[in-house]
Amino acid sequence: MNFWKNSNSRAWMLGVLTGAVFLAAGAFQGQLDVIWRKAVMICLECIGIG
Amino acid sequence: MKKLRLTVQLLFTIVTNGYLYGFLSGKIYRGGLKYACVPGLNCYSCPGAVASCPIGALQALLNQRGFQVPFAALGFFFLFGSLLGRFVCGWLCPFGLVQDLLHKIPIFKKEKRLPGHNILKYGKYAVLIGLVCVGSMFLWGGFAKVPAFCKYLCPSGTLLGALPLLGANGALRSQAGGLFLWKLGILIAIVLLSIKVYRPFCQYLCPLGAIYGWFNRFSLVQIRWEKDRCTSCMACEQACPVALSRQEISRSPECIRCGKCVDACPEKCLHFSGHNFAEQQPS
Repeated sequence: MNFWKNSNSRAWMLGVLTGAVFLAAGAFQGQLDVIWRKAVMICLECIGIG
Repeated sequence: MKKLRLTVQLLFTIVTNGYLYGFLSGKIYRGGLKYACVPGLNCYSCPGAVASCPIGALQALLNQRGFQVPFAALGFFFLFGSLLGRFVCGWLCPFGLVQDLLHKIPIFKKEKRLPGHNILKYGKYAVLIGLVCVGSMFLWGGFAKVPAFCKYLCPSGTLLGALPLLGANGALRSQAGGLFLWKLGILIAIVLLSIKVYRPFCQYLCPLGAIYGWFNRFSLVQIRWEKDRCTSCMACEQACPVALSRQEISRSPECIRCGKCVDACPEKCLHFSGHNFAEQQPS
């Protein structure tokens, strides 16, 4: 299977599966907490102050 | 299709930025939904935002001390990208909606692309690598790494985050200085350019578009072209807002799956679909 060159009908499923595995791995490492902590504080850089 | 897309864009923007108390108080939502990312570019410091920005999330992970593969952010990219590709840009991104509306303003002669498009279109990859990835890992502000894309470029953050927050929060307003003026200048430039050129930020600068474009070739949602029924009238190519050819529609990293080609085809040989499994069988 040439994953990147061909529009393989199952490639999107592999992508979804990869996404789920990555999300689980990220959650296991506490990365969702990092994202949440950043997202619930006003991001001064984002608004051009920090 | 045109009205359906606008309705979906408006509804999705309202739902994902529906924390009205934030707009009134100058504060942001702090609930559990912010563990998750929305698919489009939507600043998590927007007072109404109920979830996180995927590019902001990627940078937050890269901003940590040491290096960790940012699995959580990559997970969101793979999920949204594999299912939708740049359909996210065309239908679900609030800043895409803003640019779409600006382009409807009936002043200036409209252009699909900027001169030098074939070089400029790689700008979004440069932003992704240079600002989002390398910048967030190696640029320091004081004792902490900075989210370089958010800090120096993101116009969505200025429009959806900074302006409402500074408008409602006097304490923040008093701290705005040169950096805010820089970002406001970028926003104004993109706003003015959007009136003339179709979605200049999406075509040339958006790192999220660069990521989702990579998934366009194999995502579940596609625009199918029935070549056998095509009469080569070129109506689809004329309707395409980013000037793609029939062969490029849907699979090109530049296609945002807006569906204008589908509407324009008199033979109805273009249509949205999931993957057609029968069509994919080897002959």
